[in-house]
Amino acid sequence: MLGRIQVPPEVKRGQPFPVRVIVQHPMETGFRRDYNGKVIPLNIVERLACRYGGREVFRVELGSGIAANPYFVFPVVATASGEIVVEWRDDRGQSGRVSALVKVA
Amino acid sequence: MRLAIVLLAALAAPVLADEPARPVPARNGSAFLSADLRALQTDDFANPMALWVRRGKDYWSRPYQGRSCAGCHGEASASMKGVAARYPKYDAGADEVIDLARRINGCVVGGLGAPKLAAESDDLLGLEAYIAKQSRGLPMSVSIDGPAHATWEKGRDLYFTRIGQLDLACTSCHDASWGKTLLAETISQGQPTGWPAYRFEWQRPGSLQRRLRACFNGVRAAMPPFGSPDLVALELYLAWRAQGLPMEAPGVRR
Amino acid sequence: MALDAAMKRRAFIALAVGGAAAAALPASAQEVQDIRPLVEAITKGAAPEEGGIEISLPPIAENGHSVPFTVKVPSPMSETDHVSAIHVIAERNPRPAVATFHLGPWSGRAELSTRIRLAGTQKVTVVAALSGNRFRIARKEVVVESAACLDEGSLT
Repeated sequence: MLGRIQVPPEVKRGQPFPVRVIVQHPMETGFRRDYNGKVIPLNIVERLACRYGGREVFRVELGSGIAANPYFVFPVVATASGEIVVEWRDDRGQSGRVSALVKVA
Repeated sequence: MRLAIVLLAALAAPVLADEPARPVPARNGSAFLSADLRALQTDDFANPMALWVRRGKDYWSRPYQGRSCAGCHGEASASMKGVAARYPKYDAGADEVIDLARRINGCVVGGLGAPKLAAESDDLLGLEAYIAKQSRGLPMSVSIDGPAHATWEKGRDLYFTRIGQLDLACTSCHDASWGKTLLAETISQGQPTGWPAYRFEWQRPGSLQRRLRACFNGVRAAMPPFGSPDLVALELYLAWRAQGLPMEAPGVRR
Repeated sequence: MALDAAMKRRAFIALAVGGAAAAALPASAQEVQDIRPLVEAITKGAAPEEGGIEISLPPIAENGHSVPFTVKVPSPMSETDHVSAIHVIAERNPRPAVATFHLGPWSGRAELSTRIRLAGTQKVTVVAALSGNRFRIARKEVVVESAACLDEGSLT
């Protein structure tokens, strides 16, 4: 599954910086019908989590009320330069992962 | 006196009497959006189309049996600059005006030997979005001369023909009533500069042809199939009507 | 002008047809649900403090499919005094539990943005869980507009 992550080019130690994430997913509610009247089954990303500096720093449990192609912005305190990873999983077991490098000044 | 007015009017008429007036001032689709959606369109991260641009970029460089788009066309930022602004376009091989989707599929099938990309598929919309993005900010500049002229005329005639149970023509809304409100929405000029676009009503990206089909459906008329001569002709007429407006694809629409 | 009259008549037709389409949606999408059980499942009996949460939503959303949403809970975000979870509830959605966000001192700030679906005009409720089994609750009203032009089947 396709996703994108964005962090500022450089962050200050001890200061929170914004992490932006967007994931390509239809977030089907299970309430929609196709043109032939057939119900389009529920299919949503259920969980998205972020790891940085050896620990989970953010997690969201999603319902069908999150818009298609989920987009999140959340803060994380800069500790050390290194990889920041976001992973997600949908209700059919499909998963995805994006990462970026955090550069602490 | 009356004769003088008639004469003056005749003199003031455009040289090509078959060229209808275009909206003045011309305004892109984003001018009729809320501030939120306008900001989203220009945010290259949060605009959901960025995901499809990525997809198109991946397809561009991914080899298929040893060949790739990049293999022939190199860097899209150079080779595709301004290309989408010139479509639909007369194609000598096909001997007719073709849309960008058909041009892409010509390469995909004939050049790569890969399976044809279906209308509205993620890969086709991705490639269209990736290619269109290379024309962002450039003026629409289609050619309606020579062999393209008959297609333009066909598109023009369709644009002014009342259709459907609501008995409306494109011009009824997009020339006569742009800027007016219909329920909570403002009627746009129907400028095609932002496509493919992410449309919230669809909760996914779609082509200009899907948007046109939605208009046919909206006035309760039969929808022409994707890639049909009617939709290509209409697309050419709209592109000519938007001549000079800056491209804003990949866009965001209600 | 005749065209104006025609446009008005058509706007009315669109409104009438749109109303019929809305009526065909599941009834649950139209009703405001009692979200107290959801809130109680979060607070487990503790009484939430009113306010202390800034919710940003457009006063009028032009489309219920994707409404920009930002929430901010002023907090020192220290080891001993921080926001640990933010719950978003939309009482008129068929499934009111929109999302639950988990934060901690490592977040530095309790501020989040996303885009949410809203099945019609309603109040969006946010419950924040704080250190020491404390809770805050706040609500924001949002008017959701519906589309003027019908669009079904343009894809197939």
